[in-house]
Amino acid sequence: MKSTAPLQRLVQLLLVVVGSTFFVSILIRLLPVGLEDIYVVNPDPVGRAKEISDLGLDLNPFAFYFRWLSGFFRGDFGSYVYPGPTLEPVSEHITRTLPVTLQLIVYVQIVALAFAIPLGLVSAYKVGTRVDRVISNGLFIFSSVPSFVIALLLAFYIGVQLGWVPPLGYAPPFCSAEDIDSATACGFGEHFKLMVLPVVSLSIPLIASYTRLLRTDVIATLREDFVTMAASKGLSNRRILWTHVFRPSSITLFTSAALNMGALVGGALVIETIFSIPGIGFEIALAIGSRQYFALQAYIAIIAFGYVFFNVLVDLTVGLIDPRAKERRK
Amino acid sequence: MNTSSSSVKSKSNAERKAIRAERLQLLRRNKAFLVGAFILSFWLLIAVFGSMLAPYPYDAMDFMAVSKKPSGTYWFGTNKLGQDVFSRVLAGTQLIVWMSFLATALGTIVGGTLGLAAGYFKGWFDIVLMRLLEAISAIPVLIVALLAIAALDGQSSGITVGVIGFVFAPNIARTVRAAVLSEAELEYVAAARLRAERTPHILFKEILPNVLPPIIVEFTVRLGYAIFAIATLSFLGAGVEAGSPNWGSQISENWAYIFSNIWWPTLFPAVAIASLAVSVNLISDGLLEVFEV
Repeated sequence: MKSTAPLQRLVQLLLVVVGSTFFVSILIRLLPVGLEDIYVVNPDPVGRAKEISDLGLDLNPFAFYFRWLSGFFRGDFGSYVYPGPTLEPVSEHITRTLPVTLQLIVYVQIVALAFAIPLGLVSAYKVGTRVDRVISNGLFIFSSVPSFVIALLLAFYIGVQLGWVPPLGYAPPFCSAEDIDSATACGFGEHFKLMVLPVVSLSIPLIASYTRLLRTDVIATLREDFVTMAASKGLSNRRILWTHVFRPSSITLFTSAALNMGALVGGALVIETIFSIPGIGFEIALAIGSRQYFALQAYIAIIAFGYVFFNVLVDLTVGLIDPRAKERRK
Repeated sequence: MNTSSSSVKSKSNAERKAIRAERLQLLRRNKAFLVGAFILSFWLLIAVFGSMLAPYPYDAMDFMAVSKKPSGTYWFGTNKLGQDVFSRVLAGTQLIVWMSFLATALGTIVGGTLGLAAGYFKGWFDIVLMRLLEAISAIPVLIVALLAIAALDGQSSGITVGVIGFVFAPNIARTVRAAVLSEAELEYVAAARLRAERTPHILFKEILPNVLPPIIVEFTVRLGYAIFAIATLSFLGAGVEAGSPNWGSQISENWAYIFSNIWWPTLFPAVAIASLAVSVNLISDGLLEVFEV
């Protein structure tokens, strides 16, 4: 860990947002097909020139980017552009889809941690035994299967063959008036039933990597003096593991869980596409497919902000989990 | 104070050879590595000789034999176009093996060079480079890859290889940089500088051999990710030629049919992806244990 003042770190992280969105901006301007050919169909040269300048496509890449950036910081997330040009604000798409993905990701993290923590503690405590080997090897095999394959197999066996839950679709947890009018599936029961398969497919690889991280750290903690001390005081093994060992061993685990939030949007993209869940991942896939580059710029910025947010969160909370870590970081 | 001769003059050739021999010994006894190497060599053989073993051309369609169950004639069955799934899995092997190897090699060369330079020069070069790489790696790999493929209008394996190599470079650069940082402090580097060796010589001839173990481990780890990434991208229909027998494309073309119980055109490529990924992960696991990085 580097020893940087929080403010300096924050500046660094804001540079990440600027850097990654600028990178996307440049990528967009590199398109072999010019953006004006995608978005502007006006045959009249005067009207055409006006539409091009309205979209900012007559600017150089830097000016183009800064126009976007200043808009973004003023709360203008940009628009979907349809030939005409007709504009449709991206913010509407975001408020509709982002909560769905956040639900998915939060469930995935909860499920992954709920399985990984006991598994990691047990396999570390029983390191080298049969139990440890079965847990490690089993998770190893599971983590070697891409999540889209797991998703398809689950949809087939649990959704189709066994028919326990519907194989595809999404239902909001709360019913709106329209949902009730149109008899769309909604409510907690339907919501969780439909979320089971996507959540399981995304959490299996995570369980494997989290268990591994925790196992390594717990093995190291178990060698520390205060553990011997606790054992010699006659505390039960279960109590030592949970109260003395877990907390100082969990830093890497929670750090990586927090930093994973952004990466999970990538995983959500695949899973949402498979299970037709109207989340932001699905939305990004659609935007890439239909060349909505202005909208993508906003989505990338949101992911980059998420990355920054969770980085700061990690920096702030590490000291709370284990005060010694703060000292070590200095 | 470390004053042993080995740190002054880098490691002597004899010493290096001894370490290498010892590691080979350990690897030969490492079960994970052996199983992984066995499965991977199986797939490598298929990648090279697969086209000779294929009973049918991978794109030949037989409309008299559509969606046939696995049988003596069609070992893995046929898909909805009457194409032999076994022949298609064989043909797909070559694609994914070459693409993932090339992409990872590209990422390792680019990332490794950047990491070496950043760890050695430090200062503003290091700071700027690391911030740039962090900016790129803040966005999920899959999304950068999809974007880049869309931006380059690249429905081709070549572009996919380039894009994946590029998005992997930051992570590799970071690993190499970390290894170089501690290595550059050692006396043999100072000694080489005193001998007025040229910088490329110091970087590639002096430091590189000593940071190879983490690079090799990182290469195998990334190779596993590359297999995942290529399979996922082709599943999403990005960066592949139409009609390509890529495993991911086969799954995306056929998985809707598992709902009518035609599971074989999906299951066999899926098992293939999983076993290839398992083999590479086993190898990186074994190497990790032996190199203790």
